[in-house]
Amino acid sequence: MGFLDTLFGRTKPVQPKLDDLFGLPSAAVQLEASTGFKPTGSGSVSFRAPEGKPFADIQKEVLELLDMDSGKPGGGLPVEVTKDTYGYTWLVSNHMSDEVDALVTDLHAVNSALVDGGFGPQLLCTLVSFSDDSHRRLSLVYLYKRGTFYPFAPLSGNNRDNALELQVKGILGEDLRIEQDLTRWFPVWGAPGL
Amino acid sequence: MATQTRYAPDRGLSVRMTATMFLLGLVFVVFVGLIIGIMSAAGQSLGAIIVVALIFGGGSAFASLFFSDKIALAAAGAREVSPREAPELHGIVDRLCALADMDKPRVAIAPARMPNAFATGRNSKNSVLCVTEGLLYNSGLTQEELEGVLAHELSHVAHKDVQVMTYASLLAIVAGLLVRFAFYSEIFGGGRRGGNNSQAALLIPLIMLASAVIYAVSFLLIRLLSRYRELAADRSGALLTQNPSALISALTKVSQGMNRIPTQDLRAAEPLNAFYFAPAMKLTGGGGGLSAVFSTHPTLEKRIEQLTKIQRELGQAGADPRGIR
Repeated sequence: MGFLDTLFGRTKPVQPKLDDLFGLPSAAVQLEASTGFKPTGSGSVSFRAPEGKPFADIQKEVLELLDMDSGKPGGGLPVEVTKDTYGYTWLVSNHMSDEVDALVTDLHAVNSALVDGGFGPQLLCTLVSFSDDSHRRLSLVYLYKRGTFYPFAPLSGNNRDNALELQVKGILGEDLRIEQDLTRWFPVWGAPGL
Repeated sequence: MATQTRYAPDRGLSVRMTATMFLLGLVFVVFVGLIIGIMSAAGQSLGAIIVVALIFGGGSAFASLFFSDKIALAAAGAREVSPREAPELHGIVDRLCALADMDKPRVAIAPARMPNAFATGRNSKNSVLCVTEGLLYNSGLTQEELEGVLAHELSHVAHKDVQVMTYASLLAIVAGLLVRFAFYSEIFGGGRRGGNNSQAALLIPLIMLASAVIYAVSFLLIRLLSRYRELAADRSGALLTQNPSALISALTKVSQGMNRIPTQDLRAAEPLNAFYFAPAMKLTGGGGGLSAVFSTHPTLEKRIEQLTKIQRELGQAGADPRGIR
């Protein structure tokens, strides 16, 4: 925040950075080669829906945008819309596990539609899920406002596999911009699409 | 347009805040001028008093700024909680911080039954956000309303309100100390004064008078500034959660809850009053003009009026044909 903003007690809305998302497909290849974690093909976008009616229009538009090519072979499957206990809306896109490119394109389309509608500052995070042969789960969480990723590995009973998370941080350090401030690696327990 | 936003700046609030700060600055300049004038007229002995007041006042102000988080936590008897102890509270704060792209403050819970919250700390790295047990368990707040309260407090952190208010109060602290020092030196130093120092005997009451006036004026301006900062935090908080309605109902519920709590609890909370979400201490006397001037927080009606305006703006921004492709 600038000096004048502090003086006047203003907060400037923070616009999201979208482009770093396209680093995901190559990172997924790297992740599978090093740890055996494969994409599950599901990814989700989380954002804050403002109160009032106009948002329903945006939501409908986003859904149409995503479902448009679901009829064609190789197209995306229908997207689910859910609301989590914290009041954030999640759009979950499901693809086949080898379609990371298509998944990322879909997620980017959702983001762009929301940003064009003026809802950029309300985007919270994007989540892409991975799992390995022993059914361990891992997600890469993309923080829009920072343009960075962090790994989130949930274990049972609201525990996190910190060792795995730090391992992933080391592996993907060259492919993705990893969030260096560990206090920002907030847990997304029970996030849709996890 | 990719850069389009739904946020409209509130020019009126900025202008009023600038005017208040300008007046505070003006008072400061007058005060410094006065001190220099008096010092050159009276020489060393009086000058020493003023320098001591400046050092004491400035020192205590900066100490309170530097340790504000620890002092406030200790005063409220609050305890820092880990994400494991209060997962839901941390979850809300985590998400709001990610939305606003700010450092996450530490989170603490105070054992008071009064429903309230405060945030303090000299910068975002060293700040702490504290809620009372009353707010979490007894206030009947929904999660959305709790989030509104937390967003208001996070906005205080983002606006660096503790720093701003400390700098603003610096002058009042020094002036207040000068009144006291001058008063003591009048009482205890009177006998030792020689004949050639009669000029100083005249000047000490003068300093007392000037300091008292400056203390009163800057006190009122600081309270005015504090009310504007509250409105600004309400506004930023509502825009962050995109949910002004929840903040309105939280304000209403917390203010009502406040009236039900016995007075003793409220008195214990007085030193922290300026940092609270809603004022714990209400000045007695029918809510008329005078209590509004002395209050650290704007009236409930004024806060709700502003939030209702934001409610309408959020609705209109979406209805604007340019808003949606």
